[in-house]
Formats: sequence, C-alpha cells, structure tokens
Amino acid sequence: MANKNPEKGNENRRKFLRLGLMSSVSAFAGASLISNLAPDEEEKTSGEKVRVLTPDGKMVEVDAASINKYPEALVTPEESRKGIPDKQFVMVIDLSKCKNARKCVEGCQKAHKLDNHEEFMKVQLIQDNEEGSPYWFPKPCFHCDEPPCVTVCPTGATFKRDDGIVLIDNERCIGCKFCVTSCPYSARTFNWGHKEKFDDKSQPYSPETQVPAAEGTVMKCDFCPDMLRQGKLPHCAQSCPMGVIYFGDKNEDIVTNGSETVSFSQLIKDKGGYRHLEHLGTKPNVYYLPAVDRQFPLERGFDVDEEILERYKDVPYMKDLKEQGKL
Amino acid sequence: MDVVKRKKELVKEFSPLLEKSTKTSKIWVGFLIAIILVGLVAFVIQFRKGHIVTGMRDNVVWGIYIINFIFFVCLSYSGAFISGILHFFKTPWKNSVSRIVEVITVLSLIVGPIFILLCIGRLDRLYFLFLYPRIQSPITWDIIAIMTDLIGCFIYLYLTFIPDFAILRDNSEGQPKWRQKVYKWLAINYHDTETQREKLHKITRTMSAMIIALAIIAYSVLAWIFSLTVQPGWNSSIFAPYFIIAGLYSGISVIIIAMYLIRKFYHLDHYIRKVHFIGAGVILLVISLLYGYFTFSEYFSRWFSHKDADMKLLDTLFNKYFWEFIFANYIGILVPIVILFFKKFRTIKSITFAAVVAILGLYMNRYLIVVPTLETPYLPIQDTRPEYIHYTATWIEWSLSFAGIAAFILFFILIMRLVPIIPMSGIIDHEREEKKKKPRII
Repeated sequence: MANKNPEKGNENRRKFLRLGLMSSVSAFAGASLISNLAPDEEEKTSGEKVRVLTPDGKMVEVDAASINKYPEALVTPEESRKGIPDKQFVMVIDLSKCKNARKCVEGCQKAHKLDNHEEFMKVQLIQDNEEGSPYWFPKPCFHCDEPPCVTVCPTGATFKRDDGIVLIDNERCIGCKFCVTSCPYSARTFNWGHKEKFDDKSQPYSPETQVPAAEGTVMKCDFCPDMLRQGKLPHCAQSCPMGVIYFGDKNEDIVTNGSETVSFSQLIKDKGGYRHLEHLGTKPNVYYLPAVDRQFPLERGFDVDEEILERYKDVPYMKDLKEQGKL
Repeated sequence: MDVVKRKKELVKEFSPLLEKSTKTSKIWVGFLIAIILVGLVAFVIQFRKGHIVTGMRDNVVWGIYIINFIFFVCLSYSGAFISGILHFFKTPWKNSVSRIVEVITVLSLIVGPIFILLCIGRLDRLYFLFLYPRIQSPITWDIIAIMTDLIGCFIYLYLTFIPDFAILRDNSEGQPKWRQKVYKWLAINYHDTETQREKLHKITRTMSAMIIALAIIAYSVLAWIFSLTVQPGWNSSIFAPYFIIAGLYSGISVIIIAMYLIRKFYHLDHYIRKVHFIGAGVILLVISLLYGYFTFSEYFSRWFSHKDADMKLLDTLFNKYFWEFIFANYIGILVPIVILFFKKFRTIKSITFAAVVAILGLYMNRYLIVVPTLETPYLPIQDTRPEYIHYTATWIEWSLSFAGIAAFILFFILIMRLVPIIPMSGIIDHEREEKKKKPRII
C-alpha cells in the first residue's frame, strides 16, 4: 500500500502503520476522499471520470465533479460525522514520564492555529490530597463513550463518531455553551470574541482540524483525525519528546507513542491504567498510567515561563515550596 | 338595566387609570425608556463585538443572563400557577389580585427568554434550533416548554380580558377612535349573555387547570437544565421541586410589591386592601418555610456526605462568597419568616419589605447556584488570567439586566393603560353572586 507521507526513518511507526491502524483511507495518491456519491450532487457532472479508492478498499470510477476540493485528508463537515471505519481510537498517557515540557501543548497549538492561552491540551499539576505526591497531568478531551456534551447539544453540532471521536462542527454550533457546562473535565473552550485568524479562509473549514475557528462557537481537542487519516499520530503524541502519549486502536488492541508499539490491554494491565474520574460514568477513551517510578523529579517541570508556573500556585505542594522560599 | 348601569359606573370609576398621564407618570415612562435604550446600546455592542464584552469566560460560561432568565421564567411559571389556583378554586378575594398575577405571568414570560438569547454566541444561527433539532437535549425540551407555556398563558390572559374588553367597548363613547376599534376587535363580539358567560367561565376554568400543569412541567424542565449535568451543586434530584418553591417565593413577593405600588400610585386602597396583603403574606410565610427547608436540605446533604467535589464547592461558597451566602440563604429567608410569622408585624409596609428582602435573597441564591459551581469544576482551574478564574459581570450585562426589569415595568404600565388592573367583570360577577346568595341566606 502506497503511503504518500512516509515517516522518516522511524521503524516503529512504520510497523504501526503496517498493522493497519489507518487503513487505506488516505493512502491513495491525491488522497482526497470522495466527497460523497449522494444523488443530489450527481446533477453537476463534468463528464470526466476519475478512479479513486473507497474507504473499504474498492477501486471505483466516479465523476471528477463529485470529488471535493479539500486538501489531502481534509473532509467536509458532513463527511466528518462518519468516522474512520472499523476503528476505536484510544489514548494512553503515561504520567510517570511527563516532565511538563509542554511540547504537546505547543504542537497542538501550532497545528490548530491556537493563541497563547488557547489550549486544547492542558498540562495541570494535580495533587490528589495533602499527603499525596503531585504529578504533571496532561489533559486532552477524553472523547467519552457516554459524552455529556453530545447529549445536551440542541443542534447536533457536537457529535460522537463510530470511531469513538467526539467532534464539533462549528458551522452548526449556535454557541449556547451547554456543552461547556456539562463537561466535567473542562475540556472545552469558547471563542469569546472575533480574531483575525478566523478570517483566514485559505484552508477550508473541517471539523477534523477546527481551522479556521469561528467566533461564538466552541472548540476542543479533536484527536487530530486529519492526521489519523494520513496514518500519523495526533500532534501532541508526535511532539512529546518523552513518549508520554500513546495513541492507537482498541479494535486492534495496539497503541504507540512513536518509538514503541505495545498492546493496549497489556499496557493497561501491567501498569495499572485507569481513567480519570471514572465514577462519573462518562467512560473516557483516555487512559492514564499512574505516576510511579518516575523518570524525572517533579521539579524538572518547573523550568517553564514564570507565567505558566504561576498557574499552579494553589496546589498545596507549591504553597509549601513558596513558604519555604524554594521557588 | 341594573348591570348596564353598574358597568357604566365602573368604567367611569376606572377611566382615570386608563387616560390619566400625570407628570410623574410621564417622567417614569421616560426614565424606563432611557434604561431600555441603554440596554439596547449594550446589546448592539455585544452583538457586534461578541461575548468578549461580557464577564463570561471559559469556566463561567453562564453569568447573570442565565440567572435573569431563570428568575423571570420562574416568576412567570409561579404567576401561572398562582393564577390558575385562584381561578380554579374560585378563591373569594381573588378578583383584586388576579389580573396583576396574570399580567406578571405573561410579561415575565416575554422578558425572560430574551435573556437566554443573550447567552447564545451565534444569534444569527438561532433557527438551527428548528432546522437541526435534537429532542434528546434538555434545551430543546425547554424551548418546547416555554413556547407551549407562552401560548397557553397568552390564551389564558386573553380569556380573562374578554369581558372587560366588552364592557369597555360598550362604554367607550367620547374615546378616541382607535381605542374604540381596538376594544371592539379584542372583545370578539362578546355580549355577556348567559350562554356566553357560562362558556367563557368553563373555558377559563379548563385553561386554568391546564396552566397549572404546564407550569409544573416547565419549571421542572428549567431545573433539569442544571440538575441533569454531573456538576457538583447542580446534579441534585430535588432541583425540580426546589425550583418550583423558589419560583413561588419570588412570584408571591413580586405580586406583593406590585400590589403595593399599584395601590399607592393609582389610589386603589378600596380594592387592594390589607386583607390581600395579609393573605399574600401568609402564603409567602408558608412558601418561605418550604423554601428554607429545601435550601437547608440541599446544602446540608452536600455538607454531611462531604464528597470531594461538593466540599470544594462549599469551600468556595463559604470563603469567596461568604456574605453573599449569608444574605441569600439566611437573611433572605429568615427575615421574611420573622416578619410574617408574628401577627403584630403584619402591616402592609412590613409585608412589602419582607417581599423585597425575599426577592433580593432569592436572586442572590440563584447567583450562588450558577456561578460558584462553574468556578469550582472537577479539575481545578489553573489559570493566571483573573477573568477566567473569577466571574464579575460587566456594565453590558448589568445594563441589559436593568433594561429587562425596566421593560417589565414599562409593559406593565402600558397594559394598565389598556385595561383596568382590577377586572370590572369580576366585580360584577361578584355582586351578582352576592345577590343570588342573599335570598338563600334569608
């Protein structure tokens, strides 16, 4: 199977691909998905036939006019509701490896054209109790199997796909913010005012990239389906220098952080994987491995901007440090 | 004929209410319009610049708009509820207050939903609610409930107005042409014949029962917007009945205040008497006891079971919002109870004072339900931007809130110019009943 974007010299990632995580969806050259073969679009024909590969691996001939003009792996809002066939995406975050390098945050911000304070991925400092040892806690959207945000949406602007991903169509969103209040993980952000970047229409809007964003609508972490369609890892997983973030497919029971590929169930079993706030019953698709046998002392994470460090001032551990004058 | 004569008398008696526009009333109307205009300016600014001009940010995404929304809509539901009960059970002294209640019901149901529109980031896409409706969403339920209630209340209010429109139509000699026309059109050929009267009574009675049921459903749906989420402080099974009681608490208080103001400014001491205040005061006492009980149960069970998220919320309430909490849930409940409990405190002025305290306390209580929960999510807010940590309403939000209140009062005044606030037909009905009863007693 031809891959237009082979990863440079990364044996493991290639193995991961060979395992078929991303299927053939984006593999075909030119790789645009067939927008759809809906009858209403068949009216405008160009007469020119093009051969394309369908998501389920069949070669079909379609009219050139029915192929969308979206760039590679970018799908229209309508198509983005379907999901990538036969996948159940899952993320595993190994807390014992995180040192608050914030590369995941930056990678995500760059890819989604987010401003300084707009973060789909947040790194929090969590101390579960006074005695407990604090740890760095990267927090994306959990793409719950019982997503409260999807249930409460009055227009279906936010939806759950067959592949487990929860996305937002900002062309459908009316900005009622009910989803923001119903999410127990504070995963969602809102575009409160107009920004110049919203006017940049050079890239057509797709819920899979959430670019360009729109005023008065919600945004959140999307698991980067555009990357998944190209057989790549989400931006946060790719950017992490420590390999904290594993990503993969539950159906195939495989996750990878780019440098090692492991069995998902084995990883959860061996390392005591858990889901955050399990008792709420939202059934997240993001698992955490507890912060035991850490690779770095917590303090390595203090090497960030003053402004970022200031965020953690209410954590008891940080209060103690401040009192002792160690900060 | 006796009745015709009596009708004429009543029209004569009440016509100053409809026609009089004194200097003070003109100043008042001007003042209210000015407030509404400021609100409109604020709205234009918000519409053009987006919600960035409000105090709402990613954590507290719902601010005083939604509090105003709950407040007004609950007010309306309680108005419907009370008015339905007054009609259905043929309460003896209902006539003087029933129209006040009905007008409150409809007006607050017009003003309330405006505030939920202000919460919406993309007003230009509002029709998506109907284009892509999702029946699973509590917001859709709320839209259905509010619209049904609005239509129901309008029909009900209109039904109670018809006999008075007929009286005004028959006695409108010397009135401006447009008024005559309006009355004629609104009275839909009602001539107060025996059959017509009976039919109207029957319909109104059926409608009043339906309105009670509607109000209870609509209240519950409104409460569910909060209680169906998993957020600490919201996810509570008593929220629906709690909202009903809280709504009645504000509803009766607003009725008392309206009675006081109308009595004072329109010199209706003869119709709105102390007995009405005492009656409403006693109901307010019962409701305030219930409301206090619900509030206590709500916070007590959270405090006693001390789940982590609940404790964090209580921590916010007792530190950051200490005085607000004391005001809302101690002063706002205990002061009215004390005033209304002792007979010697029950004067018109003190009952009105209790109602004012109750309303302010209740508004603060709603604030403490909405904002602190959003400021205390499950995962701690770790941010350095003060506006993302703590919510403070901006002048835009306040001026729109005051514009809502001003619009409510202004519409009230305008309706009172169209129809007497004391139903004339009610007075006639009452006298008729008395006449029927008398021979039997003798």
